[in-house]
Amino acid sequence: MTATTISSVPRVRRGPVMSPGWARLLAIFILLALWEIGARLYADPLFLCPPSQAIASLPHIFGDPKIVNAIRVTILELVAAFSMSVTIGLAIGLAVGLHGFTKQSILPVILMLYATPQATILPLFVLIFGIGPAAKIAFGVSHGIFPVIVTTVAGVQNLRPQLLRAAHSMGASRWQVFTSIIFPHMIPSFFTGMRLGMTAVLLGVLLAELYVSTAGIGFYTRLFAESFSPPDLFALISVLAAIAVTLNELCRMAERHFRRWNAD
Amino acid sequence: MRPQLGISQRLIQLGVLIFILAAWYIGTMPGHINPLLLPPPIPVFKDFWVLLTTSGIWPDLWVTVHEWIVAVAIAAIAGCSLGYIISRSAYAVRVFDPLLAGIYSIPAILLFPLYLLFFGLGAGSKIAIGTTIAFFPVVLNTIAGLANVDKAYIRAAQSMGANDFQLFWSVMLPAAFPVVLTGLRLGCIIAFLAILGGETISSLAGLGHRIVSLAENMESAQMFANIVFAVLMAFIINGIVSFAEARGRRGFQ
Repeated sequence: MTATTISSVPRVRRGPVMSPGWARLLAIFILLALWEIGARLYADPLFLCPPSQAIASLPHIFGDPKIVNAIRVTILELVAAFSMSVTIGLAIGLAVGLHGFTKQSILPVILMLYATPQATILPLFVLIFGIGPAAKIAFGVSHGIFPVIVTTVAGVQNLRPQLLRAAHSMGASRWQVFTSIIFPHMIPSFFTGMRLGMTAVLLGVLLAELYVSTAGIGFYTRLFAESFSPPDLFALISVLAAIAVTLNELCRMAERHFRRWNAD
Repeated sequence: MRPQLGISQRLIQLGVLIFILAAWYIGTMPGHINPLLLPPPIPVFKDFWVLLTTSGIWPDLWVTVHEWIVAVAIAAIAGCSLGYIISRSAYAVRVFDPLLAGIYSIPAILLFPLYLLFFGLGAGSKIAIGTTIAFFPVVLNTIAGLANVDKAYIRAAQSMGANDFQLFWSVMLPAAFPVVLTGLRLGCIIAFLAILGGETISSLAGLGHRIVSLAENMESAQMFANIVFAVLMAFIINGIVSFAEARGRRGFQ
């Protein structure tokens, strides 16, 4: 950066500045500090707590076997809903996307269902599946399945017809066409679908948990909110946010990895 | 994107819809599916017609729409101004853009219990969750739009002696406007969904609240009619917002 470059846009000042990563950490730190000071000086401790107290109640969250179990139940619901969304969505996506007929007839119906606000049918899921984990898993699947279907259809769609014709003329079987042409082709968009599906599954499962819950984290968020103990509530929400970000980030890493793999 | 459909495809789609309706009708005949879980179509359509022709749902509809309008207005103003401030310097974009994108990947619905604690069961907590969820696409798209204006345009305007305001008004804004509009459209739609979700979780009034209380009273047919109504509202809002986006995009060029 010290070398003088020919720049036609006049820059006011280009001193030695902090790298963006450090500046970002500093910004987060400043926000937390403002929150800490503001909460200590002005806030009602029944409603808002400083971040230090939230961190201090993390041991309490992880020390209570019931809460740990609730977090475990929620993670299990997430994993179950995600794997079901991906497998069922992939199957439907392939069935719909591989034939022009089904794509034109069924895909619009799927897109219409995708656009409906699923939050409105949440009470229905509870009526059908009860208030246990089954309703959360089903509701998560109802969110996660659509992005997987749509991206699978999109992944199959851009297949080059020459490849298919070449494979057919060389006598490839249906299965060989699938494993050597269709599947490698759709990998990148499939992982995009998995990432979008994970975001949607998180939304669905957490929404259902917050709506009604007997053993999952929704029960405890409600308990902490109603007993006016914000440190526990903040700590629990931070733990859940960390889980959500980790799961999202795993999917994003997989997507990036396989996109590069396909580009070769 | 969407291919032009011929008459045969339209017929197939119609056939699929008729098939679903027929399956619904036959499946809910006495002795098949519990009518509490899936009521027969005819009572649902009757209740839906009652909803459309009487004014009973208007107070709840107004509550939801009012929450939505307030949430979108706050998110649009806050998102656009913060996005503009950040996009003023390339360094700030590098610092704050990943930070905001990172926060955006946390499911915002997690904050709803906090908002219930802060703002109570009424409209406040729904406005807060709608604003939170709509804010991020608006601010991220404002940054993306304003920070990625072609440098050649800026250079040309500057070399022709444009001042800061002229540069913003005649170069930056027209170039960034479509991207910002996309962010606003996304924000509007997901804010409506978040508000419905918030009303489903805990609320005193609104479309989501109506559906939940009907479900708890086991009024399945009426609940389905209300679900159809809410879905219809979502489609209408989607249509209005997409129309406004297309209109705004055209009007500016």
